[in-house]
Amino acid sequence: MDDLLNEFLTETFESIEVVDLELVELEKDPNNKSVLDNIFRLVHTIKGTCGFLGLPRLEAVAHSGENVLGKFRDGEMKVSPEAVTLILTALDRIKEILVGLEQNQEEPAGDDSEIINQLNAMAEGNLHLIETTKVTEEAPIVVSDVRPSVPGEVTLDELEAAFLAAPGPDDEDPVEEAVCVNVQETVDTKEIKNEDVIKTNGSSKEGSIANQSIRVTVDVLDNLMNMVSELVLTRNQLMQISRRTGESEFEIPLQRLSQCTTELQEGVMKTRMQPIGNAWSKLPRIIRDLQMELGKKIDLQMLGAETELDRQVLELIKDPLTHMIRNSADHGIEKIKDRIAAGKKETGTIRLNAFHEGGQIIIEISDDGAGLSVEKLKAKALSNGLATEEELAEMSDQQIQRFIFHAGFSTAAKVTSVSGRGVGMDVVRSNIEKIGGAIELKSTEGKGTTFLIKIPLTLAIVSALIVESGTERFAIPQISVLELVRASGDSNHKIEYINSTPVLRLRDRLLPLLHLNKILGFEEGDKLDADSLREDFIIITQVGDFTFGIVVDRVFDTEEIVVKPVAPILRDLNVFSGNTILGDGTVIMILDPNGIASEANEAMSELSDQRAEQEEDVSRSTFDDKEAILLFRAGGDTKRAVPLSLVSRLEEIDVSKIEISEGNKMVQYRGRLMPLVLINDKYDIKSEGRQPMLVFTDDDKAMGIIVDEISDIKEDSIKVELSSKAIGQLGTAIIDGVATEVIDIAYYFERTFNNWQMGMESVQFEVKSKRKNILIVDDSTFFLNLLKPLLTASGYNVTIASTAAEALKLREKGLDFDLIISDIDMPEMNGFEFAEEVRENGIWRETPLVALSANSSQSRFEKGREVGFDNYVEKLDRDTLLKAIEEQISNHETAA
Amino acid sequence: MEKLNKNDFVTIWLDGQMCGIPVLEVHDVLSKQTITKVPKSPVAVAGVLNLRGQIVTAIDLRKRLKLKDRDEGMEEMNIVVEFQKEPYSLIIDSVGDVLSLTEEAFERNPVTLEPHWQSVSNGIFRLENELLVILDIEKLLTLDENRVAA
Repeated sequence: MDDLLNEFLTETFESIEVVDLELVELEKDPNNKSVLDNIFRLVHTIKGTCGFLGLPRLEAVAHSGENVLGKFRDGEMKVSPEAVTLILTALDRIKEILVGLEQNQEEPAGDDSEIINQLNAMAEGNLHLIETTKVTEEAPIVVSDVRPSVPGEVTLDELEAAFLAAPGPDDEDPVEEAVCVNVQETVDTKEIKNEDVIKTNGSSKEGSIANQSIRVTVDVLDNLMNMVSELVLTRNQLMQISRRTGESEFEIPLQRLSQCTTELQEGVMKTRMQPIGNAWSKLPRIIRDLQMELGKKIDLQMLGAETELDRQVLELIKDPLTHMIRNSADHGIEKIKDRIAAGKKETGTIRLNAFHEGGQIIIEISDDGAGLSVEKLKAKALSNGLATEEELAEMSDQQIQRFIFHAGFSTAAKVTSVSGRGVGMDVVRSNIEKIGGAIELKSTEGKGTTFLIKIPLTLAIVSALIVESGTERFAIPQISVLELVRASGDSNHKIEYINSTPVLRLRDRLLPLLHLNKILGFEEGDKLDADSLREDFIIITQVGDFTFGIVVDRVFDTEEIVVKPVAPILRDLNVFSGNTILGDGTVIMILDPNGIASEANEAMSELSDQRAEQEEDVSRSTFDDKEAILLFRAGGDTKRAVPLSLVSRLEEIDVSKIEISEGNKMVQYRGRLMPLVLINDKYDIKSEGRQPMLVFTDDDKAMGIIVDEISDIKEDSIKVELSSKAIGQLGTAIIDGVATEVIDIAYYFERTFNNWQMGMESVQFEVKSKRKNILIVDDSTFFLNLLKPLLTASGYNVTIASTAAEALKLREKGLDFDLIISDIDMPEMNGFEFAEEVRENGIWRETPLVALSANSSQSRFEKGREVGFDNYVEKLDRDTLLKAIEEQISNHETAA
Repeated sequence: MEKLNKNDFVTIWLDGQMCGIPVLEVHDVLSKQTITKVPKSPVAVAGVLNLRGQIVTAIDLRKRLKLKDRDEGMEEMNIVVEFQKEPYSLIIDSVGDVLSLTEEAFERNPVTLEPHWQSVSNGIFRLENELLVILDIEKLLTLDENRVAA
């Protein structure tokens, strides 16, 4: 492009931006001479340069605009909102032409006579004349309550129409190719602000700092930044060598070099820093337009505009910020009458506040509008299929509010030209996350909404954690590391497995874990391989709402790294965000937690599919008794079985590792002592080699049962045909066509931990002629699985439900039971509520109810009676439970 | 001058086959470098290396041309080229002389040449004792989407 034209465009775009701002300023304070002078001068410059470059269309529009401004300046005309709107419209037209000019290097064709006529008419003071010549087709927008129109002036409708015809303020501003570098301290420039406005080269914001700043293309700065980055790396390298070799004559000059480098780095960074106000400069205009369009009164407060951040970051947050402000104005702030009805001030406030905090920039956008309606969001989430009603019921308001960050989510009842297109906050969020930032949201219905954006100061040099996975080292940006956890058998944290999914218990949360080795395809992380001495490091990170841990083999130091983009050939590897050279000269890849999460997402969606299937399985098993059964042999050829759901892990141990303490066998397992159990006294373990073992856990208790061989896993129902007198057995069932002994894990647990009463002369029930149906409601799957075989063995038909809601569904289906056993402490609907519900309605009104709880205090006991339980049994007391069941059923039968 | 350079080629060896790369495209010739592997990258990408502070992506030409892997301890060299303003290092067995060749010795690829060679070669020069396969940098660095099986 022609250099001259190029420069003209750069300058003009900048000037227009300033004029935009100053006009809004002028409207508020029509007597501010210096602002008016500034505007006039800028427009004049545009006009002058256009004439010089031979751009007739631009010149004509600018000229007419200047005429009106001239009248203002000379005091011949009053500054009115209408006039300002008209001039803004003219500026929009100029912008439009400029964009075309930039693209095609010549003025786009078009007719400006209408706007020129209006401007001229206004300048001549007889704008009302054209009022009659024009007919507006736009539906009138009610703005009369905002700004009463003065007789003799153009109607607001008409102006709105002209306004709407102009390009919107969200037009892309393509001129960002140059930044101003202040050579002198900014303090100086502020002092002379607004004075000495003779210079017509309106290249800078205040018009007066032009002689103290030079224009440098961003390329030059970027190059400089790159060179400095290299220098930093070389410095690091030298320092490392120096540390290794110990004292040397280089040490002192190296120190100096190091210091200079640091200062240079800071200096160059500073040149790239721009006040965040630059990203805000369009906002007052946008808000002004929105006020007109939406019939609202909005006060935009901007604090901390001088807060500086890297221009690259600035560029990236500009659009998200604009979008959010529009949202606040459109959805957040209510209409005037709604505000008055809600007892608020007519004028809504949107506050933008930027400040530094801990190496980050925080931008706060708050409004005192209507806030987010949790109910509306719920309904929307439901209709969009983002969550089920049950899931929603469990969510906190804050979680529900976060739905607005989901794609395709808009709560605006109808789409307006301003916002509500449903492509919004999700894009905002992903843009912010792309630059390593985060967005939070606080909203109180009726009070307002506050968004908190946290973004890093700069993207070029970041602090990173160096980790090792496989044999390779990788860098993870420190900013995405929430926490570092060391997990090993002997520490408080250990990796646990649900089925084959690794998880970590961290304080009160269960975090999913991803093995970096697996993600990067180094190995198939074999979980059963995990021996107790293995040490893992878990990097807790968060992507959106999803907090997870990345398991790595080792963690080294943190290091300042310069992020460099990867070669195009590797660019579609989304697990890396770049690469860098470390102090020792090796190249390492920088991991991108976002990419890792999405990489894992495939696996996760499979997982959730699985989970869904499992859930289905559970509900199916309520009616169809099939379950997975683990078949094994231990001592002799007898087949033995245990419900697979009770088994936590299958392990193999080296028998030499078995230790004996107080006559009991035990083994060190995951850093703790785990008692080992033999299936009966006659059974003996091998003297050497390895032996398989079934590990059972309940809460923090773990127990291993030594077996000879794990034979198979079968899907079948456990129907104990013959109740057994042998201890440790529930009885014999036909599984897979073979008589199989079903072992009683509860017995072994009890023997090992003396937790259950040792009443081993266990109440053996006669197998009833007619089997009684029992429903168990308990949220603990472990307990369900424990009770089910026990009760089955005692001659009952057992149906299970893992929540009260599930149980009530069975009631709706008309299933009748002879007895219902319910846990008390359950999520959503607890046992007491469940009992009340059962007693109140439906077919179970008369059914005996037994409460089962780990907590059997007197008060709870009484509460239980009150709400309709017939008996209250402690969870671990199985004899009492069996007796209570027997008693209740027979009582009921006698009564009936 | 221009005549001089146009048909000048750096000769390289890959599993016993002599190949040529236009001399003007070669920025650097390096001995064996420490290479950082990049997990999940295409098979032909050996990794990334540090060349005087610049990160260079290394392509193993043996893998790229589906030749057998180098034996343990075998010599290897790097030829640094630029493609779309990005530096790439081609890992080869060894480097030979720079040859100035005349057009008369140029032949088009024989139609029977294997397709994956066909796709990276611009033609062949008949030398006295050998044939020189001319490799095209752009084509070499356009990888098909074959990924390492994770």
